Amino acid sequence: MTTEPTAAPGDAVRLSALSKTYGSFTAVHPLDLTVPAGSFFALLGASGCGKTTTLRMIAGLEDPTTGSVALGGKDVTALPPYKRPVNTVFQNYALFPHLDVYENVAFGLRRRGIKSVKQQVGDMLDLVQLGGMARRKPHQLSGGQQQRVAVARALINKPEVLLLDEPLGALDLKLRRQMQLELKRIQTEVGITFIHVTHDQEEAMTMADTVAVMNAGRVEQLGAPADLYENPGSTFVANFLGTSNLIEAEVTGTSGGDIQLVAAGQRLTLPAARCGAEVTTGGRVLAGVRPEKIALVHRDDEDAIAEGRNRVPGRIVDSSFIGVSTQYVIDSPVCPELEVFVPNVERDGRLVPGAPVVLHWNPAHTFGLDAAQDIDAGLDADAVEAALSPDGAGTAAEAAV
Amino acid sequence: MQTRPMRWLRKNVVVLAGVLALGYLILPNLVVLAFSFNKPKGRFNYTWNHFSTDAWQHPCGVADMCGSLTLSLRLAVYATIGATVLGTMTAFALARYRFRGRAATNMLIFLPMAMPEVVMGASLGTLFLNMRIRFGFWTILIAHTMFCLSFVVVAVKARVMSMDPRLEQAAQDLYATPAQTFLRITLPLAAPGIAAGALLSFALSFDDYIITSFNAGNTVTFPMFVWGSAQRGTPVQVNVIGTAMFVVAVLLVVAGQLVGGRRRGART
Ligand SMILES: Nc1ncnc2c1ncn2[C@@H]1O[C@H](COP(=O)(O)OP(=O)(O)OP(=O)(O)O)[C@@H](O)[C@H]1O
Ligand SMILES: [Mg+2]
Repeated sequence: MTTEPTAAPGDAVRLSALSKTYGSFTAVHPLDLTVPAGSFFALLGASGCGKTTTLRMIAGLEDPTTGSVALGGKDVTALPPYKRPVNTVFQNYALFPHLDVYENVAFGLRRRGIKSVKQQVGDMLDLVQLGGMARRKPHQLSGGQQQRVAVARALINKPEVLLLDEPLGALDLKLRRQMQLELKRIQTEVGITFIHVTHDQEEAMTMADTVAVMNAGRVEQLGAPADLYENPGSTFVANFLGTSNLIEAEVTGTSGGDIQLVAAGQRLTLPAARCGAEVTTGGRVLAGVRPEKIALVHRDDEDAIAEGRNRVPGRIVDSSFIGVSTQYVIDSPVCPELEVFVPNVERDGRLVPGAPVVLHWNPAHTFGLDAAQDIDAGLDADAVEAALSPDGAGTAAEAAV
Repeated sequence: MQTRPMRWLRKNVVVLAGVLALGYLILPNLVVLAFSFNKPKGRFNYTWNHFSTDAWQHPCGVADMCGSLTLSLRLAVYATIGATVLGTMTAFALARYRFRGRAATNMLIFLPMAMPEVVMGASLGTLFLNMRIRFGFWTILIAHTMFCLSFVVVAVKARVMSMDPRLEQAAQDLYATPAQTFLRITLPLAAPGIAAGALLSFALSFDDYIITSFNAGNTVTFPMFVWGSAQRGTPVQVNVIGTAMFVVAVLLVVAGQLVGGRRRGART
């Protein structure tokens, strides 16, 4: 799902059919993307999906195979990087090793012929909390400090568009939060358009106005964070952004605004408005529901469940207590591994592994996806990510709670 | 249980090896230094007679010696400049661009280093002879520039290859034009390689004898002068020049270390 490019001068960045091919490998498939001026735009995707390549084409460091890049309504596809009003925070920082922190940060200003840089550089270094390290060389800084120099070096030029390639990846959690807030504050204050590449879904969702989820060189879906989370358009987005329970079901009919489904003998209801896929009676569809939307009761209390809710029986396989909530894994006829996050308000002592349970949720919280896709898309990517990022394991849960 | 001498040895073996290696390297220089204060009995400065500073007071007291020394220094400076400029450009071309004959050039660059000097000197001499170029200053300079070139290319290329291309991209991203990028980023980063190549060139050119002797005609460089006079008896002044060169080189290195160390210290 991509937005159609329209010729609006208010757009900071407009990519039209932009693609990049290395030999026979397509790193970025033809991409149409519009980023409104002054917005915080996040490009989210697993490792190797083409995020860096896309940024490099915007910066002019990579020649696109096809398509064009427009900045502020002007076509810059043929312009060299030093003539584009864009600055980049590189994924590996790319600090100049022979220059100290001060000169690194002042580099862009000096190249534009600005003589008195002292004040600006000082302010910028204070902003990233490196005031006392102006005379150090990059190799005398920690990874996180280097990263902040890289941010300062790009930000000081107040470009029309700032491209950030995983700028916070090397920071510890606390500093990362702090820098996220700082970046967000700067972005709102200065009104620069940010394009922020990350593979941390939580970072993307907390910081960005708009998130584009990339997968294997394509933008799978684009939208506001809450919108993406609530209405994933594909199994990849559903699985990559937080956790989803996807139940394969058969369509038995439609009534009013609802689609009636049956999965392993259980009747389920799905609002037609929340189903992106074509449905025909007798056809198949994936019914999805987020783990935190599901309530869990012991089978003995099944009668207490209100009428009209989707309900599914099962048995607890595993439960883990994580403070604010308890996460259950349920083996159910409709799906072997349903995840349920129950807030720890009143804990039922009977809900232990092995206990028979009934899951129920408001049908309005169900979303429908095309059953023709790989039901596990985005799961492997997520696993890789969890292994890579220090707090990756926690993000899914935190995002969902 | 280890005995005490064994333990001492284990602790100090690196120092010991270092001192021995250093001694091996420096001892000949010390002999040269000592004999620069000798007043030899005959024409040969091989046996100690008695102390004198004559040679130090009259370093140019030997006919033709200082002329050949100046010539050698001039040759070394020109050859170094020529080889460094050409070699740096070649190294950048080889490291950065793909072109036809790149692999062949890479091979050929190594040839002067691999080939026996006699062969190279003789064939170069034949070439000049056939081209009817008169032997002298210019033929020597061409020869020196040629064999120094290889060393510069190798030193600079290694440096350029290990440079992160993203640094130059970052500079361009920060509004530096290609020329500014080269001056502010590329050149400073490649500088250690270029300096190493230049120093090597100077040393190689200054003390080359074999190739020079095939291409010099009547011109006499300092190494040729020393060789020639060694047949008839070496003047003490040769030791003076040798010692002076050694001291200047050591002082340069020490000064370099001090400056580098001060800069590094100031940063922390
Ligand atoms: N110069 C190149 N030649 C061939 N393939 C390349 C080249 N540069 C990138 N690729 C490939 O293009 C794909 C996209 O790379 P890119 O760097 O854009 O990924 P990314 O989304 O930024 O990943 P990460 O999150 O790991 O940084 C990768 O599969 C990569 O192997
Ligand atoms: Mg990347």
